[in-house]
Amino acid sequence: MINRNVLIVCLASFFLLTMLGCGSRENAGQESSNNTIRVEGSDTMVNLAQAWAEKYQAEKSEITIEVSGGGSGVGISSLIQGLADMANASRKMKDKEVRRATNEFNLDPQEFTVGKDALAVYVHKDNPIEEITIAELTAIYGEGGTTSTWTELGMPVPGTANQQIVRVSRQNNSGTYAYFREYVLDDNDFKLGSIDLSGSADVVSMVEKTPGAIGYSGMGYATDGVKMLKVKIDADSPSVAPTVINVTNGTYPIARPLLIYTPQTPTGIVKDYLDWILGETGQGIIAEMGYVPVK
Amino acid sequence: MESPKGNHLFRLLIQQLQDLLEPVIVFIIYICGWSAILFVIAIFLFVFKESLPALTGIETEIAAGEIEVEQLDLGEFTTSPRWIPESAKKPAFGILALVVGTLSVTFFSILLAVPLGLGAAIYVSEFASNKPREILKVLIELLAAIPSVVWGFIGIVVMNPLITDISGEAVGLNILNAGIVLALMSVPIIVSVSEDALRAVPDSFREAGLAMGANRWEMIYKVLFPAAKNGLLAAVLLGIGRGIGETMAVLMCTGHSVNMPTSLFDPVRTLTATIAAELGEAVRGDLHYHTLFLIGVVLFAFAFIINLTADLVVKGIRNQGNV
Repeated sequence: MINRNVLIVCLASFFLLTMLGCGSRENAGQESSNNTIRVEGSDTMVNLAQAWAEKYQAEKSEITIEVSGGGSGVGISSLIQGLADMANASRKMKDKEVRRATNEFNLDPQEFTVGKDALAVYVHKDNPIEEITIAELTAIYGEGGTTSTWTELGMPVPGTANQQIVRVSRQNNSGTYAYFREYVLDDNDFKLGSIDLSGSADVVSMVEKTPGAIGYSGMGYATDGVKMLKVKIDADSPSVAPTVINVTNGTYPIARPLLIYTPQTPTGIVKDYLDWILGETGQGIIAEMGYVPVK
Repeated sequence: MESPKGNHLFRLLIQQLQDLLEPVIVFIIYICGWSAILFVIAIFLFVFKESLPALTGIETEIAAGEIEVEQLDLGEFTTSPRWIPESAKKPAFGILALVVGTLSVTFFSILLAVPLGLGAAIYVSEFASNKPREILKVLIELLAAIPSVVWGFIGIVVMNPLITDISGEAVGLNILNAGIVLALMSVPIIVSVSEDALRAVPDSFREAGLAMGANRWEMIYKVLFPAAKNGLLAAVLLGIGRGIGETMAVLMCTGHSVNMPTSLFDPVRTLTATIAAELGEAVRGDLHYHTLFLIGVVLFAFAFIINLTADLVVKGIRNQGNV
C-alpha cells in the first residue's frame, strides 16, 4: 500500500509540474495555416470586423477569417504573442507594448488607420440638455471635478428625484476609456465612483434606462432611447454634432482613428485583405456600419 | 434465448474481467481523490507565482541601459481606496474599496439569506407534509441550478427599475440590488444543506422533546437547533463562500463602481468582478496584470479564513458536546 501511495504521489507531482510549465510557455512564432487570417481585438470594432470578414469570405471562398473581440489590449497582446495575424485597436499601441513586441519577440508592428469614429456623449432622450463643453465634461468625469448634479449645469432633468448625474464609464483598459482620458480629461485621471461597464453597447443601454445618466461610446451604437450631445471645445466655439460629415472635415473634437496592427509589414493574404479593407468595398462597409471611412 | 451453458460461460468471463479490472478501477478512484487536493495546490501555486512579480518588482528596459522598476506599494495596496491601475500619469493600486465592496454585499446578502434559508429548511423538514415537501425540494434544487448570469440579468432588468421607482435613487445598481440577488442565489444552498442537517437528527430527539411537554416550536428551537448546529453552521458558511466567490451576478448588479459605500444605495465594486473585467485586457506581464493575481491571492486568503473558522467553530462545538 505504501508503495502505491508513493507511485501516486510521483505521478501526481508530474501532472502538477506539467501544469505549472504550461503557464510560462511562450507561443511566439506560431504560424497560422495558409488560408486563415486570425483577427482579434477592439470591442468597438468587432461588428465592423465581422462584416468585413463575411463579405471578403463571400468574395474569396478559399480564405477563412476568424474574428474575435475581447478589447484592444487583448488583440495587441495576442498579436505580440503570435496568436493573431491582425489586431483591431481603438487606441494606439502603448510604448510598453511596442517595447515588448520589438525587444522580446523581434517584431516590427505596423499601424494602419482604416476608419474613424466619433466618440459620442450620450444622455437619456428626456434630458433637455443639447450641447456640452469639454470643460463641463472634465468637471463631470475628471478627478477633482465638482459637477455632480444636472442643476449645476442649469438643466434639471425630469424623472430624477435628486438630479444626481450618473456617470457611466468603461472598464479601465478599454481603448475608449483611454481615448476619453487623453482627449477630454487631458491625461488626468477619472473621478472614482463611475459605473464602469465592459462593452460599448452596454454603456448606451445603461444610459437609455437611466434618466439621470451620461455616458460615452462610439457613434455607431446610438439607439432611439438616447440622445447624442453636440460638443463644444469651449464656451465660445460652435457646437458640433457627431456626424459623418463633421468627423470627415475634422470639426468634431473627439473623433478617433480605428486602427489595425500587423506584427510585421504585411505580406500574402494578410496584405491582400488589408488592401481590400482600405479599398472601395471595405470602406463602403465602414460607412454602412455607421463609422467614417478614411478614403 | 441463450442456453444455460452459454450463460454460465458468459458469467465466468465477466467474473474474470472484473477481477482484472478491479485494481485498475481502484487506482482510478485513488487518483480522483488525490487530484482534488493536487488541483487546489496547483491552482494556488499558479496564482501565487503569477502575483509574485508585483511584490518583487518588474524590470523593464525603457531605453538602452536604462532600467525602470515597477513595484507594488503594499501599504497603498491594503489601505488606499484608489484603484486606478491604468492611469496615464500615476497609477494607484489600492483595493480597500474593493474589499469593502465585497464584504458589504456579502454581509447584506447573508443577513437576508440566513433567516429565509433556515425558515424554509425548518418548514420543509418539520412542517410540510409529504407532497408539498417533495415539490418544494425539487423547486429549490431547480433554483440552485439557475446560472449566475441569469441572476445578474434579473438584477439589471427587474430589480434595477424596481429600486429606482421605490427609492427615487438615480440608479438601482447597488449593494441592495446585488445583496438581494446574492441572497436569492445562496438560499437554495442554505436550505438544502440545513434541511439535510435537520433531517439527520434522529426522530427519538423530537419524540423526547414533545413528550417532555414542549410544543413544536420549543422542540425545534431547544432540541433540533442544538443537535444540528454543525450542519446549520456549515450551511451558513457555504452561503458566505458563495457570496464572496460569486462574480458574474455581482459584476452586473453592483454597478461596478470603485466607491467607499456609505449607504445601501451606493454602487460598489467587488474583488472578483474586478479580476473578471480587467484580466482579459491587462498587458501581460505588467504591474496591473500581476496585481490582479495578487487580488486572487487575497480571495484565496478570505476563503481560507472562512473555512478555517468553520472548522474551528465546528470542532469547538464538538468538544463542548463531548465534555
